[in-house]
Amino acid sequence: MLIRIRKASDVSSGEITAESLYLRRRDFLRGVAGAAGALAAGDLLAGCTRSDDRASREPGPLNAERNPKYGTAEEPTAYAKATGYNNFYEFGTDKSDPAAYAGSLITKPWSVEITGEANKPGTIGVEDLIQPFPLEERIYRHRCVEGWSMVIPWIGIPLGEVIKRFEPNSFAKFVAFRTLHDPKQMPGQHDDVLSWPYIEGLRLDEAMHPLTLLAVGMYGRELPNQNGAPLRLVVPWKYGFKSIKSIVGIRLAAAKPDTTWNRMAPVEYGFYSNVNPEVDHPRWSQKTERRIGEFLRRPTLPFNGYGEEVASLYTGMDLHREF
Amino acid sequence: MSLQFYLQHSTFKIALALSAALSPLAWLAWLALRDDLGANPIERVTHFTGDWALRFLLLTLAITPLRRLTGWNGLISYRRMLGLAAFFYGSLHFLTWIGVDHLFDWEAIAQDIRKRPYVTAGFTGFACMLPLAITSTRGWVRRLGKRWAQLHTLVYAAAVAGVVHYFWLVKADTRLPLTYAAVLAVLFGARLWSRARPAAAVSRHEAAPPAVERG
Repeated sequence: MLIRIRKASDVSSGEITAESLYLRRRDFLRGVAGAAGALAAGDLLAGCTRSDDRASREPGPLNAERNPKYGTAEEPTAYAKATGYNNFYEFGTDKSDPAAYAGSLITKPWSVEITGEANKPGTIGVEDLIQPFPLEERIYRHRCVEGWSMVIPWIGIPLGEVIKRFEPNSFAKFVAFRTLHDPKQMPGQHDDVLSWPYIEGLRLDEAMHPLTLLAVGMYGRELPNQNGAPLRLVVPWKYGFKSIKSIVGIRLAAAKPDTTWNRMAPVEYGFYSNVNPEVDHPRWSQKTERRIGEFLRRPTLPFNGYGEEVASLYTGMDLHREF
Repeated sequence: MSLQFYLQHSTFKIALALSAALSPLAWLAWLALRDDLGANPIERVTHFTGDWALRFLLLTLAITPLRRLTGWNGLISYRRMLGLAAFFYGSLHFLTWIGVDHLFDWEAIAQDIRKRPYVTAGFTGFACMLPLAITSTRGWVRRLGKRWAQLHTLVYAAAVAGVVHYFWLVKADTRLPLTYAAVLAVLFGARLWSRARPAAAVSRHEAAPPAVERG
């Protein structure tokens, strides 16, 4: 269509008050649902989801210990922006689409399939996956390949601890991750803008690195659907598309996995995709970024400012070739 | 007094066209006042102004085929305003980019125009529109005579450059750029078709420089 009309689902960022009203409405409905049970209540509430709700599902609170080692003096991005400006093509390609349409995603129950070069593979519920480890809050910078960035207080556990549990064998050199593939829940998957399911991958040492986080929450609450509920990766020194969302599969692999964006445009999106102001995207510069909430652009930092922690993973590599 | 009556008066037509041309800007301003430009307002403004530059360009190019189709020669009175609207939004789009993204760092701007193909295409489109905007007045139509129409074929280049610019800047979702390309193809097709059937299509308005407001 030639003329673009503002959709009813476009959300006003000034609607913070509306959100609190919306939360009270859900309390009322929960009271009505009463003894029907959590799942039934979820179904009832799902039917009442307005297409212009900012958070398609009310994320519950999460208790997590702030890890002082992983923080930044920078101001976290406003919650409304972090949950309203998202790239999650499974729900549409506009930045406001995930918040508008992710309500159809069912995040409970949710299991993850662990397969591949591991001594203890298996399918495990997300609660059992996370439960053995204390939740940490870490404030990370998040840099999108498009040239914008945010600062997000994530809640999760180190991915390395989870992987150790499944005992990768000596053939395991890479870890591949897979997002849910269900167009009924993720209507954007009806379009072939990317190949589905979304696949991402890391080298094993990147996956085991203490910075790499398996996240279940942000801003003191569970992940909203549009941010990759119930389980997502956060690899802060790489471009955001590497931080795969709504994970259903983790595969320990001997060979480097084929990742979705690399398949889509191999010249533009490499396997490593480390944030690097010296390596431009073929079509645009990566020297600067716009921090969401700020007016002027700022210089991009090598490895998104995590060079001290991760640069050693790449010594000897030509980062222009292995981008 | 009927609408028919008012539409005979050029002042009214200009006012109508001007309000149509400025309504997208008014909408954007209203969104801005409500703080409803989203998480990345500068990106929103850039996309909005770019979108409307391209839309007005396509609308401008639609006038002649529509005229031939409907026989309604009065349409020509709107073409200049639509073209100027395209230039207006294109200028806002360009200004946002050079002023806000680049803070008028001319070296960085020149480098981007050289190195980034989508910027080259965009700048080319803008550069094509500039002489058209300048020579849009009656004075210039008179001064250039026959060459006016020749110069204004640059509008085709501007439209193509605009579509290519859009296509080259999207990450993966090429549906909208391709839609614009399809519309442009139809508009070009209509012109080629008319050219292939001169007896049926051409009125005496075609050969002369385009109609200027006759009070």
